[in-house]
Amino acid sequence: MKSTRFDYLLLLAGMLALWQLVHWAVGPDVLSSPWATIRRAGELVATRAFWDHAAATATAFGIAGVISILAGIALGLWLGLRRFAGDVADPILGTLYSIPKITLYPIILLLFGLGVSAKIAFGVIHGVFPIAIFTMSAVRNVAPVYHRTARVLRLSPAATALTIMAPAALPEMLAGIRVGVALTLLGVLIGELFASTSGLGFALIRAMDTHAVADIMAITLLLFVFAASVNALLGFVERRARHGG
Amino acid sequence: MAADPEGQISLRGVTKVFPGHGGHPDVHALGPIDLDIAAGEFFTVVGPSGCGKSTLLDLLAGLSVVTAGSATFEGKRLDGQVPDGIGAVFQQDASFFWLTVWDNVAFGLRRRGMPKAEIARRVDQALAFMGLAAFAKAYPAQLSGGMRQRVCIARTLVLEPKVLLLDEPFGALDQQTRLLMGDELLRIWRETGATVVLITHALDEAAMLSDRVAVMSARPGRFIDIVTTGWPRDRDSRIVSDLGFATVTARLWDKLREESLRAMKTPENL
Amino acid sequence: MRWRPHITEAGIARAVVILLAFVALEVLCRVGIINRVTMIPPSEMVASLWSILITGRYNEDILFTLFNVIAAALIAIVGGFFVGAALHGLPRLRRPLVPLLSAWYAIPTFVFYPLLIVAFGVGRTALIVMGALFGVVAMIVNTTLGLDHVPPAVAKTSAILRLGSLRRLMLIRLPSAAPHLVTGIKLAVAYSVIGIVAGEFILATQGVGKRIAFSYDNFDNRTMYGMLLLLLVAVMAVNGALSGWEKRLHRRFGAR
Repeated sequence: MKSTRFDYLLLLAGMLALWQLVHWAVGPDVLSSPWATIRRAGELVATRAFWDHAAATATAFGIAGVISILAGIALGLWLGLRRFAGDVADPILGTLYSIPKITLYPIILLLFGLGVSAKIAFGVIHGVFPIAIFTMSAVRNVAPVYHRTARVLRLSPAATALTIMAPAALPEMLAGIRVGVALTLLGVLIGELFASTSGLGFALIRAMDTHAVADIMAITLLLFVFAASVNALLGFVERRARHGG
Repeated sequence: MAADPEGQISLRGVTKVFPGHGGHPDVHALGPIDLDIAAGEFFTVVGPSGCGKSTLLDLLAGLSVVTAGSATFEGKRLDGQVPDGIGAVFQQDASFFWLTVWDNVAFGLRRRGMPKAEIARRVDQALAFMGLAAFAKAYPAQLSGGMRQRVCIARTLVLEPKVLLLDEPFGALDQQTRLLMGDELLRIWRETGATVVLITHALDEAAMLSDRVAVMSARPGRFIDIVTTGWPRDRDSRIVSDLGFATVTARLWDKLREESLRAMKTPENL
Repeated sequence: MRWRPHITEAGIARAVVILLAFVALEVLCRVGIINRVTMIPPSEMVASLWSILITGRYNEDILFTLFNVIAAALIAIVGGFFVGAALHGLPRLRRPLVPLLSAWYAIPTFVFYPLLIVAFGVGRTALIVMGALFGVVAMIVNTTLGLDHVPPAVAKTSAILRLGSLRRLMLIRLPSAAPHLVTGIKLAVAYSVIGIVAGEFILATQGVGKRIAFSYDNFDNRTMYGMLLLLLVAVMAVNGALSGWEKRLHRRFGAR
């Protein structure tokens, strides 16, 4: 719709203008201008150092993401299919999800030391719970009429699970994965912010120590663009799985 | 009381009790019920809300087990497994949102390992029969409630069931659509020769469609009357202009009115 | 109406599972399978927490963090409410903002912290701004959602009753939005805590997070686990209370 797209542009322009105004108010030592930020981002992307850091973050993020997804789905499926286990676990999972994971960071550092595995562990503790919770909910919330239909069609339990439950639960599971993946990235980055020697989070801390404002903003901008793209992509996949349903 | 099962579907002294949980008392939902449904009959059950009509349908389908008495299908006892030859259409929309209309209808056939050409033939025929041919590639989410129910009916019909169980299938539709769908149901019944068991709360629907209508009491559900309409097999919704229609409806409402009042006064969940 | 504990099979099983987990942890620590450098037994964690509370030796840190959290939460809640209400009244502004708001918790907003340090220096301002930034969007989203959920029939009824717009706001719209507003408050508080404590971990001069990081650096596991337990218990208590309030409101107002 034409007017909506125009509104987006208007909003974007407004936000850039606001950014520029604040920059003029506080000076380049606190906030770089939009143009300076974009230019610096362009410079960074051309350096080897940036890509080394990006690779470190991406590797940890990738591994943590895969572990979160596999473990989360497995846990969620088990708890979703076994009614009693699910009833018992539901509030426990909810509480674990709402605990600020920061309380677990020192424990993770003690367990894994200062290295890649700690970063991955941070990512996993952030991502696994929403994925498990959403998956469990997706399986349990499969419409009862689908269960009855499966029985009237005289499907075996395996056929029911594969041909009806799985596709019915898929959209909500994908929603959980989208949330979990975003939180996994957050976990990995926070881990890098305070306990790492590589990765983009670490690069941010270094830039902060050397007061390189343009660097901080450029890296932040690049991270935002990356995270938003991943989120949009997963959202697209989720919508497709709904088939309008 | 006859010892041998008589109809295609037979219930003898059937009772259904749901055990109470966590301090709540048992729920005596249904019975005792005695019932014989002949093969090829169009049989309807009407009753006030919460009287156990859906529970009855679950028992007939083999989806749940009787607490007392016996339920048989073609002479064999129902034991919690749905027997071959039963088709069911439920009140809620059971169309699979991730499949197109064509794939929805083909679903049951594919699970049975039928050859592709045969599946295609049957599905195309069923879609044409139900007026869905133009929507074969659409997804259920793009269709209206009535069309989705038609998809569910087509999916059931394509398996050529001997018995078609329908639990308030037109509940979510407006009156005009309901009347048209009723005509379609009669057409299906005539052309497939299946036994149809319909659950509905709509008296006019029951009166105009059925060979026999059973009136169920408030919970615990029991049959308080079974009315034989005597309509010719070759009928449609225009039967409403027949004088007999008013008699049948009056008799149904006469029995039902008191039960409905009683059901309204009873709290649903005690 | 008195609250009677709802004892279910699942509830009993759950209590057993949790108890077994604690006992297992205690045994594993005492026996030495989990060594002391990594974790101290839960009973000692509780003892440490007790001693921290009794002696009050870290009161300054605790109060620092508490103040920060309250300040950030208030800013997030009040600011978020007004922004949300404003957006609700300006649909043309709201529509393009929706993708940004829904992506807010998908992007690592944390990475603003270094920027805030540069802007405000190391101190409570950066922490409060971080906490508020983290929590405000949850409040905005839930406020707009709550105001959306004034059913049109209710709004029309209030018009037929010829209520003035202020009374309409107070008597109809605000109470109608209440369940969602409380959800927003709960989330805003939770996110503020996370934002501030994590910020204190990363870089701060005092505070609960700072104390935990400091104890970690100095291999002082007793203090570290005691403070962690304090944080955990406090968060669970506050979150639990707000959740209870939220559930009661949702139940009273019915499913929307």
